[in-house]
Amino acid sequence: MAKNTSTVTTPFWRDKKIIPILLQLLFAVAVFIAGYYFITNAISGLNQMGMKLGFNFLKNTASFSISESLIEYAPTDTYGRAFLVGLLNTLRVAFCGVILTSIIGVFIGIARLSNNWLMSKLATVYIEVFRNTPLLVQIFIWYFAVFLTLPRIEQAIKVGPIYFSNRGTAIPWYETHASSFLWGILTLIGVVVAVFLYKFLMKKEIETGSRKYPFISSIVSILVILLLAFMITGKGPVNVTSPIVQGRSYVGGFTISETFAAILVALVIYTSTFIAEIVRAGIMGVPKGQVEAAKALGLKNGAALRLVIFPQAIRIIIPPLTSQYLNLIKNSSLAVAVGYQDIVSIGGTIMNQTGRAVEAVFIMVLVYLTFSLLTSLFMNLFNKKFQLVER
Amino acid sequence: MEVRKNYETVAMKPPSSSLGAAGWVKTNLFSNWFNSILTIVASVLIGTLIYKMTGFVLSADWAVISVNFRLLMVGQYPVEELWRIWVGLALLSTLLGASWGIWKGSIGRVAMTIGVLILIMTFVPFITLNTRLLLGMNIALLLGTYFVGQKIPKVKIGVLTLWLLFVPFVITMLNGFGFIPAIRPGLWGGFLLTLLIASVSIVCSFPIGVLLALGRRSKLPVVKWFCIIYIEFIRGIPLITVLFIGQLMLPLFLGNGIEINNVMRAMTGFTLFSAAYLAENIRGGLQSLPRGQFEAAQALGLSQPKMMGFIILPQALRAVIPAMVGQFISIFKDTSLVAIVGLTDLLGMGKKLIANPEFLGKQMEVLLFIALIYFIFCYLMSHVSKRLEVSLGLGKR
Amino acid sequence: MYSLFAVEKLTTPLEERGDIVTVKGLNKWFGDHHVLKNVDVTVKQGEVVVILGPSGSGKSTFIRTLNALEEFQQGSITIDGIDLTNDIKNIEEIRKETGMVFQSFNLFPHMTILKNISLAPIWVRKWKKNKAEQIAKELLERVGIPEQANKYPGQLSGGQQQRVAIARALAMQPKIMLFDEPTSALDPEMVKEVLDVMKTLAESGMTMLVVTHEMGFARQVADRIILFDHGEIVEVGTPEELFDHPKHERTKAFLSQIL
Repeated sequence: MAKNTSTVTTPFWRDKKIIPILLQLLFAVAVFIAGYYFITNAISGLNQMGMKLGFNFLKNTASFSISESLIEYAPTDTYGRAFLVGLLNTLRVAFCGVILTSIIGVFIGIARLSNNWLMSKLATVYIEVFRNTPLLVQIFIWYFAVFLTLPRIEQAIKVGPIYFSNRGTAIPWYETHASSFLWGILTLIGVVVAVFLYKFLMKKEIETGSRKYPFISSIVSILVILLLAFMITGKGPVNVTSPIVQGRSYVGGFTISETFAAILVALVIYTSTFIAEIVRAGIMGVPKGQVEAAKALGLKNGAALRLVIFPQAIRIIIPPLTSQYLNLIKNSSLAVAVGYQDIVSIGGTIMNQTGRAVEAVFIMVLVYLTFSLLTSLFMNLFNKKFQLVER
Repeated sequence: MEVRKNYETVAMKPPSSSLGAAGWVKTNLFSNWFNSILTIVASVLIGTLIYKMTGFVLSADWAVISVNFRLLMVGQYPVEELWRIWVGLALLSTLLGASWGIWKGSIGRVAMTIGVLILIMTFVPFITLNTRLLLGMNIALLLGTYFVGQKIPKVKIGVLTLWLLFVPFVITMLNGFGFIPAIRPGLWGGFLLTLLIASVSIVCSFPIGVLLALGRRSKLPVVKWFCIIYIEFIRGIPLITVLFIGQLMLPLFLGNGIEINNVMRAMTGFTLFSAAYLAENIRGGLQSLPRGQFEAAQALGLSQPKMMGFIILPQALRAVIPAMVGQFISIFKDTSLVAIVGLTDLLGMGKKLIANPEFLGKQMEVLLFIALIYFIFCYLMSHVSKRLEVSLGLGKR
Repeated sequence: MYSLFAVEKLTTPLEERGDIVTVKGLNKWFGDHHVLKNVDVTVKQGEVVVILGPSGSGKSTFIRTLNALEEFQQGSITIDGIDLTNDIKNIEEIRKETGMVFQSFNLFPHMTILKNISLAPIWVRKWKKNKAEQIAKELLERVGIPEQANKYPGQLSGGQQQRVAIARALAMQPKIMLFDEPTSALDPEMVKEVLDVMKTLAESGMTMLVVTHEMGFARQVADRIILFDHGEIVEVGTPEELFDHPKHERTKAFLSQIL
């Protein structure tokens, strides 16, 4: 039985090396056929409607108006510019949303952990109510049942300097004047000085072991520089303008449209429930033994929080937090339901006008995929930098 | 505890300050000045909230709900064909009751919850006597089959098969498909449509999700990358764009030969969407399994498919049951998005009511009612999911 | 010259030394559950006291109470002349005087070994960074792992981690060391390296309270052994008295289960 093994041929359907290749080939062919079928269908369908795929339409005149825009826009501008306006509007609601929802979320999360029974129950109810109700329903409630039912502008409700009406909410805003630039420069210098002073004194404190009051010193330094700025310019950093109602519109201040307000409030509240749970889990995720060890070493509560608990909790919190931010950005697409003109809403309008469904959806998808790609890039960098070293 | 006699000191009661209602109030509400301030702030907040809410509930005009209750529940489904929905519900009660009797445990919680929901429905003031009786019959069915299931566990296989056939059966009933007079899905609406879209997409996305999860862990690069791209693509874009793709591009892709209606398109969109998220949940379950399980299965000589089917998947799926319930909750909430693409689900119907001049100024009533329905269902499901987590002994690793 | 273990070895016989820990009539409840019942303990300077007892007997709770990690409802605790009351200042003082070693090490996973040890001296004792790190390195030398200074806890074996934890507690120059089952979470082959460090520490004259299941260590190192059961002290005595001539039925029962 001294057969040379190399001459024994394994039948290819049993060969451990060949089967995977065959399987993949089969899979690839199946995917290809399906894709081919879909795409030929789509092209022939479009041909029947007399259209060709392509992005040339982006250069055509949009001829629809956009009520809110961060950049100059007129109906005579192109579809391309309209998309850009939409993108900026998405970014605007996302930016405000992320900041506000973080603040509220952290607050609710800490309240949930509070020793105070009433506070923690209140936070629990907040979380359960708002996370178990669909976001779109909440957006509708804020838009149709709250902001739209505010009185007409002639009878606007005034709370302090803020006006509420169904034309939107007007809040005091700032206007720059001649000395604002100087103020800005000096403030910047103040912050830089304060940060350096804090770091320097903190380092000294650690090295010499005697108290140097870094925090108080840095605050004082920034106050001194701001006082200096006030003495040089003789006025405040900016002029504050308060809104007033003139006829049927607001004058002065800054007007938040009711669509923007509705989508923002709903997004912030909805997302904050998830952030609260993440913050809670992060703080609870630091083992009890860590706190005990810090206490046993004689660290005070503040120092234990800063040196031991926070650095560990933040590692647990950041990854899910980033994905909540991404969710917020994706959910801001629901703005289309109340007519806030974000990228999806404007894309929808363009689809209806031009029939360019494939191209418009392609652009939306591209924008959101870029967002998520950037997010996961950030997450990978973060994990690489902060992951705890294990054996 | 038999050595208790030897005790030199008898167990004493703790000093009163740490016990009793007064002690509890002190430690939980007024332990120091900051805590006391919090208590006062919270009390004022709660007081105002309750005052305002009772004020609204009492002064609001709820007629808009009672008049349109049927629309909100089943949309424009023809009244003379409503028996089909009742049959579906009766079947659900039967199956739940029997499963409760046979398996006890977690399914019992689901059954009880749904039983209580039906019971509450029975006491809603504005439904007809007939509806009340039918609802009562469902409760009777639930309890009856519970005892049957308990006494005769042999029906196990039958119940399992019926569960598998449940969703297809109900769809066939509702639609007709030629067996009985057809009712086009355009007439389906309200909460019925919400439930249908959610259940169909969860049921359909489950097998796709399993395949995608396995594919993503596959050693074959072509398969693996296809799955990764699909999953990450879907997870990277908002659901509304997926629905747009379903509504606008699906008909284009399928060509002229195949005609599918709005509801089907929405279901397809949800299925494709939810499959990607389910796949990630299941992958998490697969990753949580120790390597030893794979090695042990291979060492026993099980082939790859057998290993997956008998050893790995059952364990992985069990581990991700709570996550999948969570996924179901979020799909259930997300179904409200079909209101944007023009379907009249619960929220879409609400939107129509608001736009109706006859019900001008009743937005808050309508929307709060809708929110309440969603809340009750989502809250109960998440409660069940937490219970499942405990009873499966998960989350403690 | 700075002495590493910061204690002077006393030559006077034990009974002539002063008390450093005095516990009188200590009672503690978890809700309705009475976990410590009328516990009276005094520890002399430089004495090594080992606390034995079945699990759930309250011995860990007792030692954690000494460091104010657990509250108590009745009785008094005095450590080095400081009363353990609700006064935060007293609690801080007592925690400076006592070092604690936990069953699960509780090293800070996000800091290097050196940072772990020098953290409290810098932030609590307000030492210069240089001095704190110098001492940290010397302590690492003493516990036998100087080469691990710049690694992270996750990179060390259990035995090494526990030795770092001992060094970390010693860096605060405590007068008393509390050990809460320091070897229970270790693999058998690592128990010895930790016990050896503890023996050296005992020989250098440190006052130690040790909760453990290591009978060999108890017999060899302890000046006195306290047996806990159901939250109360059953018997107190030298290792010989307790192991060889136990007086109490419950002591006998406990020893027969262990030995």
